[in-house]
Amino acid sequence: MEGVKIAKESDARGSFCPGPLMEMIRLVRSANVGEVVAVISGDEGSKKDIPAWINKARYELVGTEEVGPGASRFLCRKNH
Amino acid sequence: MKTILILGGGTGGTIVANRLAHGLRPDDVSIEVVSDSPLHYYQPAQLYVPFGEEDPRKIARSERKLLNPKVNFRIDTISEWIPDKQLLRTAKGENLSYDFLVIATGSIACPEAVEGFVAGADHFYTPEAAYRLYHKLSELEGGRLVVGVGGIPYKCPVAPLEFTLLAEAFLTHKGIRSNTEIVYTFPLNEVFQIASVVPVVRSLFEQRSIRAETFFNLESVDPEKKVVKSLEGTELPFDILVMTPPHKGAAFLRGHPMADNDGWVNTDRNTLRVNGLPNVWALGDTTNLPISKAGSTAHFEAPVIVEQIMATIRRQEPPPGKATYNGHVTCFIDAGYGKATILDFDYDHPPTVYEPDEFRHLQKMAFNKLYWHLVPTAVI
Repeated sequence: MEGVKIAKESDARGSFCPGPLMEMIRLVRSANVGEVVAVISGDEGSKKDIPAWINKARYELVGTEEVGPGASRFLCRKNH
Repeated sequence: MKTILILGGGTGGTIVANRLAHGLRPDDVSIEVVSDSPLHYYQPAQLYVPFGEEDPRKIARSERKLLNPKVNFRIDTISEWIPDKQLLRTAKGENLSYDFLVIATGSIACPEAVEGFVAGADHFYTPEAAYRLYHKLSELEGGRLVVGVGGIPYKCPVAPLEFTLLAEAFLTHKGIRSNTEIVYTFPLNEVFQIASVVPVVRSLFEQRSIRAETFFNLESVDPEKKVVKSLEGTELPFDILVMTPPHKGAAFLRGHPMADNDGWVNTDRNTLRVNGLPNVWALGDTTNLPISKAGSTAHFEAPVIVEQIMATIRRQEPPPGKATYNGHVTCFIDAGYGKATILDFDYDHPPTVYEPDEFRHLQKMAFNKLYWHLVPTAVI
């Protein structure tokens, strides 16, 4: 995700549902409005849970990218 | 003479101490439990206090009397842990050194961590809070009851579900169910974190007209307007708000190199050793393991740690299969109306959930009474 400045990132690989989602919520809580935070998850359930939560909370899913075998990075902008 | 220090006088610490005292000779070891309270609380009983079914003065007993006489008991609060020196400092100014350390300091409900919680919300995670809630429920004449989970992880994952179901039955018996709306909130996209449990809970909620509000991460409580707000932007008005407060580990563990910022100790999921240290273990609510923070967890973990300590002192290998924790947890779910079900699972086997019945309820009621005789004393 080139060009996106990540304010805070957490590698939640090794933790399972709901660990990565709760990590994303924790980062968003601690971020300032406008900042982008990122969570890396190796849990398959995160591909559904994290975008669904971002949508519910009306934040912006900046992108999702593969970062290794079975792991994805989720980027979320705290836009309000 | 080896020194074994056990921090915490709850279920996990007490079982470990009593099993070690039973298995080791006093000439070989000194065993000491350090707790900030002279009392041992049976915390599952707090769930029943708001409904007048348990007396909050009768859910705690003397920790000293539950401990084997060969175990020393110190009432003090740990203020600092220095692993490199195998040393602990206490609030009373003592320095405690150890050869083996077991951390069982548990989890602490932190209502003050959420804006407006203390003034506007209730909970049942201390005997005092549960008793205040008893008075409020007794005086309730109708309106909206909001029950929810204010942060993950928290102590006893099924307790908020049980509270919701018991409250529904309580309000029905009181004759005010028809003019009381019940809303249950949960931080995730479902009503519980274990998928196999969800259909049974959803079915019970539907039968009893309990509305669920999911993806509700507690942000703040407005005590004046009686409104609870979520991070997701949802606002719920309430007459009584019963929220599970965010939980944290013991204060001396928060931000410690061996734990995370909230004080959950880095623990191996099988050996229960802390952060790779050869002589330090953690169990129960204290750990960062992705399993239930529940008394049964500590109960099943305790023998795993005891076997490792005894084998080390005896310079033997631990008995095959007895020094590995497999994630075993057992939880009752009281569904109200004299019925309950049970969850039994481990790392590899999610729970199979059955419809609540009278037998499980009787089993739970019996266990609540037998706990004092069987569990801390390490009879089972």
